[in-house]
Order: sequence, then structure tokens, then C-alpha cells
Amino acid sequence: MQWETVIGLEIHAQLATRSKIFSASATTFGAEPNTQASLVDLGMPGVLPVLNEEAVRMAVTFGLAIEAEIGRRNVFARKNYFYPDLPKGYQTSQMDHPVVGKGFLDITLDDGTVKRIGITRAHLEEDAGKSLHEDFQGMSGIDLNRAGTPLLEIVSEPDIRSAKEAVAYVKAIHALVRYLGICDGNMAEGSLRCDCNVSVRPKGQEAFGTRAEIKNVNSFRFIEKAINHEVQRQIELIEDGGKVVQETRLYDPNKDETRSMRSKEEANDYRYFPCPDLLPVVIEDAFLDTVRASLPELPTEKRERFQSQFGLSAYDASVLSASREMADYFEQVQQACGDAKLAANWVMVELSSLLNREGLEIEQSPVSAGQLGGMILRIKDDTISGKIAKMVFEALAAGEGASADEIIEKKGLKQVTDAGAIEAMLDEVLAANAEQVDQYRAADEAKRGKMFGFFVGQAMKASKGKANPGQVNQLLKKKLEG
Amino acid sequence: MHRLTLAEIARGLAAKTFSSEELTGALLARIRQLDPQLNSFITVTDEQALAAARDADARRAAGETGALLGAPIGHKDLFCTDGVLTTCASKILHNFKAPYDATVVAKLKAAGTVTLGKLNMDEFAMGSANESSHYGAVKNPWDLERVPGGSSGGSAAAVAARLLPAATGTDTGGSIRQPAALTNLTGIKPTYGRVSRWGMIAYASSLDQGGPLARTAEDCALLLGAMAGFDPKDSTSVDQPVDDYLAALDKPLAGLRIGLPKEYFGAGLDARIADAVMAVVDALKALGATVRDVSLPNLQHAIPAYYVIAPAEASSNLSRFDGVRFGYRCEDPKDLTDLYKRSRAEGFGEEVKRRIMVGTYALSAGYYDAYYLKAQKIRRLIKNDFVAAFDAVDVILGPTTPNPAWKLGEKGGDPVSAYLEDIYTITANLAGIPGLSMPAGFVDGLPVGVQLLAPYFQEGRLLNVAHQYQQVSDWHTRTPAGF
Repeated sequence: MQWETVIGLEIHAQLATRSKIFSASATTFGAEPNTQASLVDLGMPGVLPVLNEEAVRMAVTFGLAIEAEIGRRNVFARKNYFYPDLPKGYQTSQMDHPVVGKGFLDITLDDGTVKRIGITRAHLEEDAGKSLHEDFQGMSGIDLNRAGTPLLEIVSEPDIRSAKEAVAYVKAIHALVRYLGICDGNMAEGSLRCDCNVSVRPKGQEAFGTRAEIKNVNSFRFIEKAINHEVQRQIELIEDGGKVVQETRLYDPNKDETRSMRSKEEANDYRYFPCPDLLPVVIEDAFLDTVRASLPELPTEKRERFQSQFGLSAYDASVLSASREMADYFEQVQQACGDAKLAANWVMVELSSLLNREGLEIEQSPVSAGQLGGMILRIKDDTISGKIAKMVFEALAAGEGASADEIIEKKGLKQVTDAGAIEAMLDEVLAANAEQVDQYRAADEAKRGKMFGFFVGQAMKASKGKANPGQVNQLLKKKLEG
Repeated sequence: MHRLTLAEIARGLAAKTFSSEELTGALLARIRQLDPQLNSFITVTDEQALAAARDADARRAAGETGALLGAPIGHKDLFCTDGVLTTCASKILHNFKAPYDATVVAKLKAAGTVTLGKLNMDEFAMGSANESSHYGAVKNPWDLERVPGGSSGGSAAAVAARLLPAATGTDTGGSIRQPAALTNLTGIKPTYGRVSRWGMIAYASSLDQGGPLARTAEDCALLLGAMAGFDPKDSTSVDQPVDDYLAALDKPLAGLRIGLPKEYFGAGLDARIADAVMAVVDALKALGATVRDVSLPNLQHAIPAYYVIAPAEASSNLSRFDGVRFGYRCEDPKDLTDLYKRSRAEGFGEEVKRRIMVGTYALSAGYYDAYYLKAQKIRRLIKNDFVAAFDAVDVILGPTTPNPAWKLGEKGGDPVSAYLEDIYTITANLAGIPGLSMPAGFVDGLPVGVQLLAPYFQEGRLLNVAHQYQQVSDWHTRTPAGF
């Protein structure tokens, strides 16, 4: 039987506000436990919430970026359940009137096709604290620093059909929230977390299969692995005559498996109702206009511009627009050297491999965009060859000089373009390889092609790579065949 | 000295007839001597009170004035008081010292009041007899075998017995007005949003309002003026200037249009209370008011709606009392579920548990529309009734309660009959309008109250009418025997 996978994702993005959604406490990650928890965050008797306007602004920013309808009358609701790291016994969230309504996000698949993923809604809510089960000898510790951190929960339609698509979608959301400056996207610190709703159905069948929800998967790699594992589990279960039950599952990256956390029957009745401590928030036109005016260029717009303005391929454009930092870096290189294609190549090949090797983000790159652009200028004006440029680049990365020019000067890497000097050097090479010269001249056209490369190699070696390769080619041909 | 009203105390302190320290000391002695009969205090803060009194005297000596500078009061024990036990009359908060002051407490402190202690109440303000307190029932000073009303029963009993000139209370369905009526006091529930709820431990957030209980309308005006005002810490408080309630008191009543809702005079009302209310109406007419009938047709739905909305909110508000961070925790919990279950089962009293269960049920999946949503619709109808009625009249007048104070334990086995005692007061909370109760006479030696209701933010008008009535009547000056 052919199976089709159906996936819908719920992404929790921590909004990068300075203070919490309903209190004035700071939201900095990694502070000493409970030092960023005010009376409100602790759920003390008698305290009341006051909404942080910045969180609303950020949510609206996201809504406008996915072309969603913005909820003009926002109602906060209480989601009631008991848990030690949920101090009030309820989470303040949104139910019937979310701030962001239906929208969409286009993702680029591996084969370059663009797929539109529907976004059902996105709503504001507060994060819970953390339960710490180690170091307390049979007891649990509670850290409420995170309690009250604003979250935007982004719910997708079940439009995703594979683990790879899911990862592409999460990456696109990740890039978008970072572009918008509303979330730092740090998945290791939990700033962006993902719940995956996964089901399978026989290919061609319209009705959805029963879904399982995999909670809190916190890296792109784990999302792919967890979904693939879950899909396999469901298919095997059904093919063995079993039934998928609706439940919440946890992914264990150490064992690469999901396991049941709680079934639908055990699920809480959250008893949502409008929070009486918060008045409905009405979003007015003027507010929307201000937010709209402050929207930066979005990834899709940037990708399209890179193609039309710079003539880049769809693939290059999408790689270079994947993050705001990457795009900004590329554009600075392009501006410095005036050559988009060379700039794209150097950023995508040499720079990327350097960063990968060193485990650095582009904003930590040891080679600045200005340095790289300056170096490309020297390739363009034939001061150095592409091959020498790689040496210059490594030297820049190692901090051996402030600019490409300085390194070229210091190391004497300037390309030899003086025809006389090149000819003299070629004469020496040919003299030293007289036997091969004779063979070359005796050979037919097909064999000559191969042998020509040998002489070029010898010549470049003799010049320590500094001879202009074009001139070497041209003069060599003349000497051998002239 | 204990018979002085707040206004008289203000004059005495200003004239240096006595000091705040002398007055505070006298009242503390009186509390020690008489409160064992009443049980109106949960905590008496002798030392802090005397220190605050000395401080107020020093401020006055340094030239500071202010009608409340050095005035002794007490707070209902659901207002958070920094460093002082704040129990909500519940075992679950038996050891809770609040780490901060409620806005009301802070404002009254800034005005120079001296807090003598924390007053008994129905547990989490749930009740109208003050019998559900973990610290025991409060007795009515007019008859020690009877209830003082609730939930601000401790506040009412203490002021009625002249242990305090005035006290704070809160009113979710009548919890200021009903005990005021049953103990011969004046009490006002302000417009929802007029007084900050920050630090006022919530029962039903959309209905709760703090307000004063005192012996006169003038004293209520004094206290409310200091309590009211916008608070950025409470999103439901309203950013609107506070009227000068004292200045409003003296306005003549000529031309005042009074509405009598016919639904308030139907079955269930003690006929003698109806007579007392009509006597007040006659007195007000004599002062120049005109009277007409109005209709509040949805009155009959008020109690069912209230007993869905209030418990629903309470079931959520009281979730934070879980034995994890503060308050009562059961002994030797086996696991987390056991900790929750036993801490809450042992920490909450019967009435609180009953309302948590009712509220949980009303919010449950599948019942929400039938109960909570429907109750909210009724709430809107009741509000519309008032808006329509206030088209034609300035204030609405009627009885505060259908009966005078009942005997302790009388309604213990029948919560619904106790709920019905709130029939006349609950609508003001559902609509959010201000309401006041003032002394209107006696039935069998027990006080009865008349209730005045007004449009939003017309507290000044309510205090004005009550004050004018108190200029031509003396019910409010009557003192219970033995106090």
C-alpha cells in the first residue's frame, strides 16, 4: 500500500520583548533561578496582569508578514490546568479571538518548487516556568524565570506532506521571525519550539488518519527524525492490523523513537474562558499602519529581488536570503565589489565552508564583508587569480592582514601579467621538458588536448601560481604550435 | 472616644483634643475587651498600629493636615498587607504573610490612616453570613445569636460595635451592602473599576469591588475619596478623575428623581422591611425628591446568572492555592497529585469547595455554552435593564435585603436559601453600577437597610442622597446594647 503523510505544526516562538507579557520582569535567558520572577510571575495572591503592548506589536508584525487577517478585538482567555511550574493554575492565552488569523507562508522545496503552507492562526500566550528534577534528591525545583515570557503560537494547516517539507517550513518560520526581529530563533535555548501533528493515510484517500502529536521537538534535525520515525511507526502499526490512537507523544533523540505521553482520554479539559482581569484589546487602523510601515523586506521579497536585480539563480537567491544576516553580508560584498555573481559564489562556497569548519554564524565571520568584497575586486582587475584568491582568503580568515591588498603586498602574491616575463618563464619550462614537447608536436588533436594541461600545470608551478592563467594559455599555445 | 465618627475624629485630631496614639490605644483596649464576643478580628496589629499612630501624630505636629491623618481603620483580611498575615479567612492561607500592600492599603496608608488589624470574613468572600470563616463565625453586635451578614461580616461587626470608626470591605454580590444593612451601617460598593483590585485577593474578578463600611455617608465619602482612583497595575480600573465626594454631600435633593423597581417589592420581602423602605421614600419626598415606578424585568435571572459567573471565575482564581509556593500544604504528600488533592481538600472549607466545583462544572467542555455563555447573556440583559431605568430616574431605591439578620446556623444546611438573601444586591455587581446601603430602621430590634443604586461613576450622588437622609433621620446613630 502507498501511504501519504499529513503533518501540521504548532510552533512556539518566544517574542524578543525586554519584559514579560504581563509583568515588568526581564526576559533574559540563563539568569539565576527565580531572580526574574516578580509577584505577578509567582502568581502571588492578589496580583493582576497588565499586557505588554510590545508583544502585541510583534504578533501583529508577524501577522502582516504572512498576509494574515489581524484580529481587531483581541480577547485573552485562561487555559486552566494544574502543574507546579504554572504558578496561577492557568495559562493566559487566546482562544476564540487570536491576534493573527488565516495567513500563509511559501517554502522552497529541494527541487526548487515553491509550496504554499497555510497558517491557521497565531496567538499570544505566556510561557510557563521550568521544573528541575536533578540536584534535588527526590524533590523537584521550580524556576519561574521563564514564566510569563511572551510566546506566539503559530499553528499551520495540515498542508505538509513530508518530514523534509516540515523542516523547510520550520526553517522558513525561523528565518521570518528573525527577519522581523521578533524572536532570536535560538532553538537550543528554547526560543523556538515545535509540536508536530502527524498522521498517515492511504494515497488517494481524502479523509485524514488519526493523528499523534509529538511535543517539543527542538532542532531541525530532530524534527525530521521524529516525524520520519513516527510515520514509520504508524504505517507499521496499521499494516499489522493495529490502529493509531490520538495521543501526545515525546521524541527521545537518544533512542530515536517516540513514546506515548498521554492519550486523548487523559487529556485535560482546559475550561477556557475569557480572562476577567484583562480587557479586550482593540487594534486600531493607526496602530496597524505604524506596524506595516516598519516591516522590513521579507525573505520572499528579498529572494525575488536577488533574482531580478542581480540575475542570481533561484537556488542561489534562496540560499542567500535564508537569513537576514546572510543576505545583509552578501549585499555588502556585492556593493564593495560590484559583481553579484562572484560575491554570491564566494559567500556560498568559500565563506560557508570556512564558517562550517569553524562552527561560526555569519555574524561572527572572521572575514568581513568589506574584506571579501575588496579581495574580489583584485580578482576582477587581474591582480590575483582565483586560485591565489583562496590563499588570500585563508590569510584574511587567519587575521594575517587587515585587507586583501595588504596580504597580496606582504606575501608578494601579485599576478604576473608581463608578457615578456611569462614568455621567458615558458621558455624555461619547455626547455626542461623537451621530450614532452616533441611528443606533443607529434600527437594528433585529441591527444594534444590532454597533454596541453601538463604544460599549463608545469608553468603555473614554475610561477608559484602567480602567472596570469589566461596569458599562460595563450602564449603556451603559440609556442607549442606556433 | 470610640463613639466618634471619622469626621468627628478628624476634627478632634485637628483641634488636638486627643492624639492618634491615645485614640488608637483606647480602641485596641476595646478590641481586647469586647471582640472575644464578636470574633470580628483575625489579626490585631497592636504594635504596628501604635507605631503608625505615633508617626501620624508626628506628621501632624510637623504641620501636615489631612482628614484621615491618624484615623484608625481595619482592613478586610483579603487586602494584602505587607508583612502582615493575610488569610482570606481560609486555612489554605493560614500562614500567608503578604509580601506587598494592596493599592487600597497603600493609598489609605499614604493618607495617614492607622490600621488596627485584619478583619474576619467569609472564606474567600464566599458567603452572606460570615459563617464560612476558618477562624469561626462572626456575631452580630445587635444580637449575638445572629449573623452580621457577609462576606465583610468582620468589618461590619467591628464598626457596628464601635471597635473601629470604619473599615474596608469588598462587595462581589452584596458583601459590603448586606452586612451594612444587617448591622445598621452605611456601606458603598463603587462602580466596577473605580477602586483598584491590585492586592485584593480575587473571588470573582469581574464582580469584585472594594469599598468602605462606616456609620455615616460622610465617613464613607471620606474613605472612598482616598481609596478610589485609576491604578496602572489593574487593567480593569478606569482612568477617570475621582469626584469630590465630600463636596457632593451637601447638594439639596430638590428635583431628585427616585425610581422604585416593582420587582424589588414582590414575594419574599418581609413586609415590615417594605414599610421601613417606604418611610425613607416619604422622608426623601419631603426633601424635594420625586418618585416613580421603574422596572428591572430580569431580576429573577440574577441569582442563577451570578451563581454561574462568580463560581466559574472563582474556580480559576483559586487554582493558585495549590500547596506549592505558599500557604497550607498537606503533610507527607506521596506525589504531586496527592499534594494537590490533599492540600486543597484540607485547606479549603465546604462553601469554597462547593463553589469551585460548581464553577469547574460550568466551564467544562460541553457545558460552557449552556451555563457560562448564557449567564453572560443574562448579565447583559440586566445591564440593559438598568441603562433603560436610568433614562427616567437619577437613583433607584429599594430594600437591601429581604429579611433582617438570621440566626447563626439557621441556613447552614441550605446554601440556596442563603444565596436568595443576595437577590437585591447582586444585580449591581452584574451590571457594574455603584450601590449603597444605609440604615432605615429596625424590625424586632434588628437593623434593616435601604439600598440606593445609581448610574456608572455616580458614587457622589449616592453619598449625597444618603447624607441628606441622615440629616433628617437618626437610625444611623443608634448603638447596639452592650457596645
